[in-house]
Amino acid sequence: MTALVEVTDLVKTFGSGEAETRVLRGLNLTLGTGDLAALLGPSGSGKSTLLTILGTLMQPTSGTHHMLGVDLTTASDPERTQFRNLHIGFVFQFHNLLPDFTALENVLFPTAIREGRETAAARARGADLLTRMGLADRITFPTSHLSGGQKQRVAVARALMNKPELVLADEPTGNLDRVSAMQVMDLIAQINKDEGTTFLISTHDEKIAALCHRQIAVADGQVTG
Amino acid sequence: MLYALKIAARYLTASKAQTALLIFGVAIGVFIFIFMSALIGGLAELILSRTAGDMAHISIQAEAVDPISLLPGKPLLVQQKSSKTASNLPTAMAFVPLIEALPGVTAVAPEINGSGVMTRGSQVTQVSINGMEAGKESAITRLDSYITQGTARLGAGGVLIGQRLADDMDLLLGQSVRLRSSNGIEMVLTVTGIYQMGQGGFDRRTAYVSIGTARTLFAMPQGVTRIEIKLADLYAADTIAPQIKAMTGLNAVSWTVDGAQLLEALSAQAQTGYFLKGFALLTIVIGVASALLLSTYRRRPEIGIMRAMGASQGFVVLVFVMQGALVGLMGGLFGAGIGYLALLPFPGRDNFQSGVLPIDINQGSYGLAILLTLIGAILASIWPARSAARVDPVEAIGQ
Ligand SMILES: Nc1ncnc2c1ncn2[C@@H]1O[C@H](COP(=O)(O)OP(=O)(O)OP(=O)(O)O)[C@@H](O)[C@H]1O
Ligand SMILES: [Mg+2]
Repeated sequence: MTALVEVTDLVKTFGSGEAETRVLRGLNLTLGTGDLAALLGPSGSGKSTLLTILGTLMQPTSGTHHMLGVDLTTASDPERTQFRNLHIGFVFQFHNLLPDFTALENVLFPTAIREGRETAAARARGADLLTRMGLADRITFPTSHLSGGQKQRVAVARALMNKPELVLADEPTGNLDRVSAMQVMDLIAQINKDEGTTFLISTHDEKIAALCHRQIAVADGQVTG
Repeated sequence: MLYALKIAARYLTASKAQTALLIFGVAIGVFIFIFMSALIGGLAELILSRTAGDMAHISIQAEAVDPISLLPGKPLLVQQKSSKTASNLPTAMAFVPLIEALPGVTAVAPEINGSGVMTRGSQVTQVSINGMEAGKESAITRLDSYITQGTARLGAGGVLIGQRLADDMDLLLGQSVRLRSSNGIEMVLTVTGIYQMGQGGFDRRTAYVSIGTARTLFAMPQGVTRIEIKLADLYAADTIAPQIKAMTGLNAVSWTVDGAQLLEALSAQAQTGYFLKGFALLTIVIGVASALLLSTYRRRPEIGIMRAMGASQGFVVLVFVMQGALVGLMGGLFGAGIGYLALLPFPGRDNFQSGVLPIDINQGSYGLAILLTLIGAILASIWPARSAARVDPVEAIGQ
């Protein structure tokens, strides 16, 4: 198992002076290629903050962050934007899809943004991914007409579109009922097995965490187990 | 680029009513722009045809001799210029065919002008006398179009007077009248025509005679006092006058020298037009900017998602600028279309009627209106686009 992501002594503070909040307090974590890891911890422990930093959407206050051998703490905004597009997929809890676009158009977005248009090859891959997510009959549906579980499966398909090494999912099943949540998790596990994509999934749900091969516990801004 | 355009178009079609309203608002601005252009252009056309239409575009007069200063160093005390003796252009007639041959020149009319007194019984009236070549009566001032009785043709022994003068002197067509020039020479002439220009001073003051009659009255067997020239394009006067001067050595003066007031009025009118058109454009810019700014707030989460998926700030800017460009283009085309249709019923430059706005449909500046609207809308979208690009994806997604 080779290290895909490595963070050391990660510190993140918000605000300054009296209002300063130290959210991450010297956090160390290594993710290997092919990991299927759950991120657990009480509310406010810093799970989302960690995922945002790993996703290059936010810079840490101090510490190091490497992925695929690239030092991401010193990368510029355009460099991180491009890195994100090529190597990282996201699944969020809310506000996941672009509401005025179809399921397929949403899935194609990460590729189209890179290629400047929606190519036939990208369409084929997008349709294939949606089919694998059990959404073959929803490919051209406007996303506003999809159920919560269907939306999350579209989001998973989109996260996989550019064949990223890492997918970060912040409570992807938090809004879903048990059946839909398990469906989404099964698909994630399947992709992880078939393609070796690394997943880091934050959750409060022990049953979801149990489906993962690795459980990472966070408390007070540090990895505790 | 193309993909940004697709997203921009989708954003606009997603809220159809709002977009339609925005485009309609832009179109109204464009309509005002076009309406003002056609009105200001038509007004200028009207004013020029009513005034400059009857005046010479270039006139040649004997070089005015500078008044002699009676006391050196006291420029206010000068000898009064003689208005009685018309200064002669002895050799000018030779140049008439040359001037006529110049490109852009449509008519050349030599004249002998002076002043005199008209008497009939006990009635005495001061008049200015215009001696004109036969056949050229209407070359400069369209006399034939103002004739109410008789004819514009001037023959030997005939005189053409204004309606007011005829009224003042109880003169009827065919009656005779005594005309005495400032040189003291007197002739008895027959009224062969009566004109009405509607300009009181002219109608009361000016008597037209044939150039032969004028030669007798002013004892001028040769030469003329003035040559009047009409051009195809009156704005060419400033370039053609120096040409004539260089060619003939005569003092050719463009109408713009004495017509400065008219030019000023036209330019003031044009400025009013620019001002109003500027406001129309400003409304478009404000409308587009505020609509797009609202849209950037409404779409913050989506902008965050796009950024998380790897969309650059430049891409986000492009999406919003293209929305502005699309709105500007469609509003411009739509506004130009309704502008053209709305101007169609107006009579047009060749038959302006009193009581109807003098609108010239050909001066609507349609292309300019569309172009400026497009540019304005793009400029208007830059601020919203930049604020959209600065959206923090973490905050916008709001985990
Ligand atoms: N932009 C911010 N400014 C100030 N404080 C912040 C900001 N973002 C997060 N925090 C704080 O950081 C702490 C960790 O937040 P975070 O969202 O990472 O927790 P979490 O583990 O994801 O919680 P949850 O399980 O409820 O989602 C919280 O106390 C939160 O209030
Ligand atoms: Mg969280």
